Amino acid sequence: MSRRLRGLPASPGVALGQAWWFRRAVPSVMRAQGENPEIERARLQAAQKQAAAELAALRETQRDRLPPEELAIFEAQELMLQDPELMAQVEAELAAGASAEAAWAKAVEVFAAQLSALPDPYFQARAADVRDVGNRVLRHLIGGLGASPMPEHPVIVVADDLLPSETVSLDPQRVLAFVTEGGGPTAHAAILARRLGVPAVVAVGEGLRIVSDGVLLLVDGEAGWVEVEPEPEAVQQAQARRILWLRERAQAEAAAHEPAQTRDGVRIEVAANVGSLEDAREAFQKGADSIGLLRTEFLYLERTTAPAEEEEVAVYRALLEAMGGKPVVVRTLDVGGDKPLPYLPMPPEANPFLGVRGVRLSRRHPELLRQQLRALLRAGAGFPLRIMFPMVSTVEEIRWLREFFEEVRSSLAAEGHPLPQDLQVGMMVEVPAAALLAEHFVPWVDFFSIGTNDLSQYTLAADRTNPAVAGMADGLHPAVLRLIRHVTAAVEGTGKWVGVCGELAGDLQAVPILIGLGVHELSVNPVRVPEVKAAIRRWSMAEARALGEAALRQEDAAAVRQLVQPSG
Amino acid sequence: MGSHPLRGVAGMQQVTLTLTNAVGLHARPAALFVQTAARFRSNITVRNITRGTPAVNAKAILAVLTLGAEHGHVIEISAEGPDEEEAIATLKALVESRFGEDGG
Repeated sequence: MSRRLRGLPASPGVALGQAWWFRRAVPSVMRAQGENPEIERARLQAAQKQAAAELAALRETQRDRLPPEELAIFEAQELMLQDPELMAQVEAELAAGASAEAAWAKAVEVFAAQLSALPDPYFQARAADVRDVGNRVLRHLIGGLGASPMPEHPVIVVADDLLPSETVSLDPQRVLAFVTEGGGPTAHAAILARRLGVPAVVAVGEGLRIVSDGVLLLVDGEAGWVEVEPEPEAVQQAQARRILWLRERAQAEAAAHEPAQTRDGVRIEVAANVGSLEDAREAFQKGADSIGLLRTEFLYLERTTAPAEEEEVAVYRALLEAMGGKPVVVRTLDVGGDKPLPYLPMPPEANPFLGVRGVRLSRRHPELLRQQLRALLRAGAGFPLRIMFPMVSTVEEIRWLREFFEEVRSSLAAEGHPLPQDLQVGMMVEVPAAALLAEHFVPWVDFFSIGTNDLSQYTLAADRTNPAVAGMADGLHPAVLRLIRHVTAAVEGTGKWVGVCGELAGDLQAVPILIGLGVHELSVNPVRVPEVKAAIRRWSMAEARALGEAALRQEDAAAVRQLVQPSG
Repeated sequence: MGSHPLRGVAGMQQVTLTLTNAVGLHARPAALFVQTAARFRSNITVRNITRGTPAVNAKAILAVLTLGAEHGHVIEISAEGPDEEEAIATLKALVESRFGEDGG
């Protein structure tokens, strides 16, 4: 029986295929009796050692991506591996002749069961952590695979939610679409889907559990629904739509290097968000008109001392050269208490997203900001360079930054360095206060770039890394759109421009609304450039404006999405 | 912060404390607690008075987690051994500092 499940659209496109649940590995084959206690003990110790190394590596690779509470879970798991009480139970089992795997599995389950029985859900959730550690060790003992392996044929990946570390085991060639129970449009699975160019529907809820492996699914990533066991007629329609979608995508790729103009000839700049030299090369190749956001954190993270000015100059120059003379918007260092740098010690903060981050941190370490600005200005000579500051919330901050910048520029000029002629200085708008007072910031900047991921989470008070509320932080919420409109209204008639560099800019439903609200530039993941350009070409400014105005009047994000794509 | 002064009980040190940090003895606080306890040679146990649990090994994270010690619960830490006084003083300071994080 066909059944439609609703979720949130997270990556456009239509896909038809068999469901495959992403399962965390659960090894099963097990010998009950061991050779002798010494041999079994040695086997277990070796497996524990390997598991500990994996956990330590996982914690290291996730250091910049996960919030500290989640990193703490890896740390707690490392302690569980060597827990003396657990080992005492294991010892008793081994002494009684059990195999390493049987002894270990039994002891782990004793503690997991005790934790599951606790009343507080925080503690109940730790049972999953213990079992996860248990399985990690068992995999080394019984030689099982990481997760259940993907089938040979392409599938629709179904999951409760996916962590960055988990998607590593997926073969992108065999992923037709993603469907998740939790998460939101900015969750990791959604971002990965857009990067791969496959459809995704997220936040479907517990209803998704009726889907079993191998069941036929029809995913509409534009409208945000999944059809379970669709009728033959719906399958035919979907196949036709998929062919159309793939053809449109091929056309978009072919026209990717042409400028994007609305049907009535208004040019919209489509830029790329990049975080490395490789990204910049991809952006250039995909037809990006410019780089709308160069994240510079890659220069600062994973090292114990700050980079030298000469090193920064070389990296920035390579990036500017890779873009062949197209404009590059560079964001100054944007870190906070959630990912402190070893050479910029910070006291722990209860709430790093509301703490000392972005320019708030830069002001406390002006020497680091000075060096970055010097390096940018030196590298930028002869290139169209744009510099922007992250996390500006008050006019006083931008005034200080502007004065600081001018001071750096004059001292470089006095030293005789050639400086960029085509230079603009702007700021990100991520804080609602800055959007609301945009007109007061206008005199101090040449442009605004709206970071819709942060602007949405600050406006809706919903942490986008928390799956329970991430769905609320939809950038198409009218409250966010009204803030965007505030910013575009503030630059009207000034010759200055407004860009959007969050995930929203690459959301095809959002494209006409954003340009209708007066946004001049959309900066997206490099792979999204062709489709965003194609989406712009489908609209006239008059239609987009009408849509933008209608969107501002809606009561929630769902109603806004309905305006763009009345879904059947 | 409901904390009793240290008191010696037949060659043993004990302290009773109320957990005032946000999440209780969970995740990071539990890990810190266990790692701190493991630095001492004394036998150290902890029990959750609020829930009436038996005393468990304070150097074992799984045992500490099974106390289910939430925000506002009262715990009792006992230490016996060569460095028992220092152990109790250190663990007490850790709990009272809310494990180095704000309780909000």
